[in-house]
Amino acid sequence: MSVLYTEEHEWIRVEGDEAVVGITDFAQGQLGDIVFVELPEAGRQVTKGGDAAVVESVKAASDVYAPVTGEVVEANQALVDDPSLVNTDPEGEGWFFRLRLADASELDGLMDAAAYKSFCDSQ
Amino acid sequence: MSDDSQAAPLPLDRWHVARGARMVPFAGYSMPIQYEGIIAEHRWTRESAGLFDVSHMGQLILAGPGAEKALETLLPADLAILKEGRLRYSLLLADDGGILDDLMVTRRGDHFYVVVNGATKLDDIAHIEARLPQGVVLDHMKEQALLALQGPKAVDALSRLAPGVEALGFMTGAPFQLGSVTAWISRSGYTGEDGFEISIPAARAVEVADLLTEQAEVKPIGLGARDSLRLEAGLPLYGHDLDPTTTPIEADLGFAISKRRRGEGGFAGWHRIIREIEQGAIRRRVGLAVEGRQPVREGAMVVDAEGNEVGKVTSGGFSPILEAPIAMAYVPAASAEPGATVTLAQRGKLYQARVVPMPFVPHRYQRKGAA
Repeated sequence: MSVLYTEEHEWIRVEGDEAVVGITDFAQGQLGDIVFVELPEAGRQVTKGGDAAVVESVKAASDVYAPVTGEVVEANQALVDDPSLVNTDPEGEGWFFRLRLADASELDGLMDAAAYKSFCDSQ
Repeated sequence: MSDDSQAAPLPLDRWHVARGARMVPFAGYSMPIQYEGIIAEHRWTRESAGLFDVSHMGQLILAGPGAEKALETLLPADLAILKEGRLRYSLLLADDGGILDDLMVTRRGDHFYVVVNGATKLDDIAHIEARLPQGVVLDHMKEQALLALQGPKAVDALSRLAPGVEALGFMTGAPFQLGSVTAWISRSGYTGEDGFEISIPAARAVEVADLLTEQAEVKPIGLGARDSLRLEAGLPLYGHDLDPTTTPIEADLGFAISKRRRGEGGFAGWHRIIREIEQGAIRRRVGLAVEGRQPVREGAMVVDAEGNEVGKVTSGGFSPILEAPIAMAYVPAASAEPGATVTLAQRGKLYQARVVPMPFVPHRYQRKGAA
């Protein structure tokens, strides 16, 4: 399944009725060195466009939004010990959380890789 | 100034961009926030030598008979005992003892050389000029650039280009030839490391920056690391940790009130400051070690057991050397001693923090000159 992107620079990789969420390489590059990540607890309900996590660079704190509505089933505990994984492997080892999709049709409004690339180029 | 289009370029603007800097508006200028990354630049400065462009700062000359006396009415420093080529950290004070700016003042021949903050320089100039007697003149040296070379290997790199700088002791300065450029160089800085500040004609700034970064020890460093370095060093940043509502005693800068001046007064704000020296201020700037890993930043509240705001965090971030969150805050005097614990509130979350002595990372100044 392909990866989709939001205008807030999150990525979402759909795997059946679940999906893995993180922030994009563009986002980590803008933020700079990540020193802390606050992740949602398993079982928490998140809403499309609502707060889901916080990522802190040396400079500032930034909210990470849920790309779609759903229930968090797992957070990436590796980020608690090593937040710099978000810098080194943002779309792999640096994933934030996994959620169970509430409404797959919410994925329709998201960008594919090509659309996201041109979105970033226009930023 | 938040409008990017109003951010004026500094003499090294293109030089920074050519070296991959990310430029941001700061104090009305376009300035480099980072090159390779704040943590890497921060560590490089602590281990080797970093070159900072601080040309946004105001470089002023105060000259004329009576300049010393006139400055002593505005600053709490004892300028009468300030020797040739010596620097003093001082404060530009309002009549109520509030801090208008912090600055460095140097006796240099027949005049005083004063370096003030970039964001406040125009207000400072207006404040000073309005209070100068006839015969004392202020010159804003807009044609000068200012560089800082900071770190344990700064002396190796700079003494190769400007022999003799290794003999300068901390907080002293002198003129040197740096290549073919005449530079005023002082052993001072804003990182807690040994290092130098270098005042040169703006027209020669690129040449000097090239010479310095050709040295293997030296990399250019952005404002982001400048901020994290000064925070670790416990050095306050004007407009954040100091402002017109804070006094020198509240800000724990009592060392800047010279002994003779405490007794004699004769400077703006003396009445309030002497009272705070004698009776203590109701709040004080302290260093905080924050529990956990999440940074608590400027604007967070210090709260009491009932959740009432009793102080504020004025600088906060993640220390790359300690690998832990640190902060500066104003806290009630009763909670200002090292070991006291305070509670901080940020975006609806509470954090525990402990008052610790500053600097967070030890200073490594070269007080006696050549080692």
